[in-house]
Amino acid sequence: MNLDLRIPMGLLFLIVGAILTVFGALTRGSAIYVHSNGLDINLIWGLVMFVFGAIMFFLGRAGDKRAKGKPVEGTNQPLRGGHGHH
Amino acid sequence: MNLTTIDWVIMLLYFVFVLGIGFALKRFMRTSKDFFQAGRSLPAWICGLAFISANLGAQEVIGMGASGAKYGIATSHFYWIGAIPAMIFVGVFMMPFYYGSKARSVPEFLRLRFDEKTRAYNACSFAVMTVFSSGISMYAMARLIQTLHVFDSAFVYFHLPLGWIFHFSILLSALIVLGYIFLGGLTSAIYNEVLQFFLIVAGFAPLVWVGLRNVGGWNGLKASLPVAYTHSWRGMTNPHHNPLGVEWFGLSFGLAFVLSFGYWCTDFLVIQTAMASDSEESARRVPLIAAIPKMFFPFLVILPGLIAIATPALTAHAMARTAMHGSAAAGAANDPAKYGKGLIPAKVDPVSGKIMTDERGQPLLDYDLAIPNMLLYYFPTGILGLGLTALLASFMSGMAGNVTAFNTVWTYDLYQSYIHKNASDAHYLRMGRWATVGGILLSMATAYAAMGFNNIMDTLQLVFSFVNAPLFATFLLGMFWKRTTGHGAFTGLVSGTLAAIVHHGLTLPTDAHPGMHGGWIAVVHLYPSEMAQNFWTAIWAFSVNFIVTVVISLMTKPREESELVGLVYSLTPKPVEHHMAWYARPKVIAVGLIAMLVALNLIFK
Repeated sequence: MNLDLRIPMGLLFLIVGAILTVFGALTRGSAIYVHSNGLDINLIWGLVMFVFGAIMFFLGRAGDKRAKGKPVEGTNQPLRGGHGHH
Repeated sequence: MNLTTIDWVIMLLYFVFVLGIGFALKRFMRTSKDFFQAGRSLPAWICGLAFISANLGAQEVIGMGASGAKYGIATSHFYWIGAIPAMIFVGVFMMPFYYGSKARSVPEFLRLRFDEKTRAYNACSFAVMTVFSSGISMYAMARLIQTLHVFDSAFVYFHLPLGWIFHFSILLSALIVLGYIFLGGLTSAIYNEVLQFFLIVAGFAPLVWVGLRNVGGWNGLKASLPVAYTHSWRGMTNPHHNPLGVEWFGLSFGLAFVLSFGYWCTDFLVIQTAMASDSEESARRVPLIAAIPKMFFPFLVILPGLIAIATPALTAHAMARTAMHGSAAAGAANDPAKYGKGLIPAKVDPVSGKIMTDERGQPLLDYDLAIPNMLLYYFPTGILGLGLTALLASFMSGMAGNVTAFNTVWTYDLYQSYIHKNASDAHYLRMGRWATVGGILLSMATAYAAMGFNNIMDTLQLVFSFVNAPLFATFLLGMFWKRTTGHGAFTGLVSGTLAAIVHHGLTLPTDAHPGMHGGWIAVVHLYPSEMAQNFWTAIWAFSVNFIVTVVISLMTKPREESELVGLVYSLTPKPVEHHMAWYARPKVIAVGLIAMLVALNLIFK
């Protein structure tokens, strides 16, 4: 039904991923990474989350379009915004 | 703890998104079915992830980390044989009855299969339990926020008294959970459980990665821990030879069969997510999909406990940053970090501020701080915000699952059945929303009761375990033996619970004194550990329930077979699988899962 969870979830991961990536890029080599063996975990994990978020978001959008393209029950008409829409 | 703006932003984003999802779902909540059952329209993968997430509350995460630090990889038994076989069973065999019977809740299934009194007994005990569990979650979250000083800097900034942090945490979690369930019902709760699942993975995977790197990988970890820590089956022939203090029979019958099947196959908290899926086929796949990540969760939640113990000696600075709670004035002799092990500090008495010791004068360790301290130690600001968000998210989704289970059972099984029968659907939808408010208020009351009387909570949890222990026998007989009668089921359930109480009153773990831990009637048997006692209490409760149900059923009149179609295995057409692709068939997935389970146990034997 209704809202495809992948869209808001993808967005959340995209935003958090972007924040961590930028913050990680700005703090490269900083003393805050002492306990992670000098690994810039913000940058690396930010990128991972960003990519995951992007995949989720686009899958969700694609699924949403497909769902809207399905015919309305009891008619032969596809809903607005479906595949046949130009 | 030094949280910076970036940590706050990440936490705030999460709150905005969960409430946003609730608002976005509000317009779809037109009928009570939409609200209580998510319209029975969600895809299997979403329900599958929610199925394990509903169980993955923060107490579970923190408890498993603690247990990992205390017992080692043997804790995985709770995830492997203590969950997977039951999840397979409920998916392959039981789901067709739950979903196919059109029951809207587990107690309602009991009414369809047995009778009104069995349903009423189950619905009442379950409703009370959900409210208390959600309250305990709330309390634990507020305590953790206090202990870790999460909100301290914000409170100082706004010149607010630090004593309000506990109340603020309770109120905040209550309002957020209330907000998103009130708006979006079960769909909202399930969506947030899935979100929490991914947040836990996103927050804990890098923790394990960085932690393992720091202790020299898996081999380094093995080298720095006692042998028993990295083997799950070693010494299981004798309860005195393994850290859990149980033997293989108690483990495989008590945990893997009675307790695990009793939970995964009958607890509406998890079953409600499967019943929300869009078809019976999906519903059957839900627990099977859930079993895959479940199998690998020990690496995310138990391994950090082991790493916390193995993390080499710390600098004073790090421990001061991670392990301070109210002992600043106590001086070095009372420094919990100094008497701790790895990242785990010694336990501090909250009243006297002194380090707690066992009978031999050894300091007790505060294992519950394993996971929080891992986050604080290994994560720099930025990803620390993500880790804390994951933890807060799991507290809230633990609460949410309980609250949605409560509002459904209250509205359908108690209100509609016994208080107000033939009202309009809109009326029950409204009642569901108000039951959510009521459930949250009762949870808050429970959280405050827990603050005042810690023993009451322990007693309640003990009582719940008595009520839950015999449950599976009733479902097993009800679904697979058509001769089982309502009188048999009800008498069996009550006798099973009584058996659990009597067994607890007659036995005691070796290191405990008679009282809360057992032996309050007389001590006729000693168990090597509390875990062994729990497993055997369950075994007794199950067996007594099973026997009494069979005997009473044989003495009472069974129902007509025609009334039991769709409720009993032998009278229900078997679900057809041949139209599905081979890899999508529940039985094929089940075989694959068992193979993976065996492989994991062999690798970590």
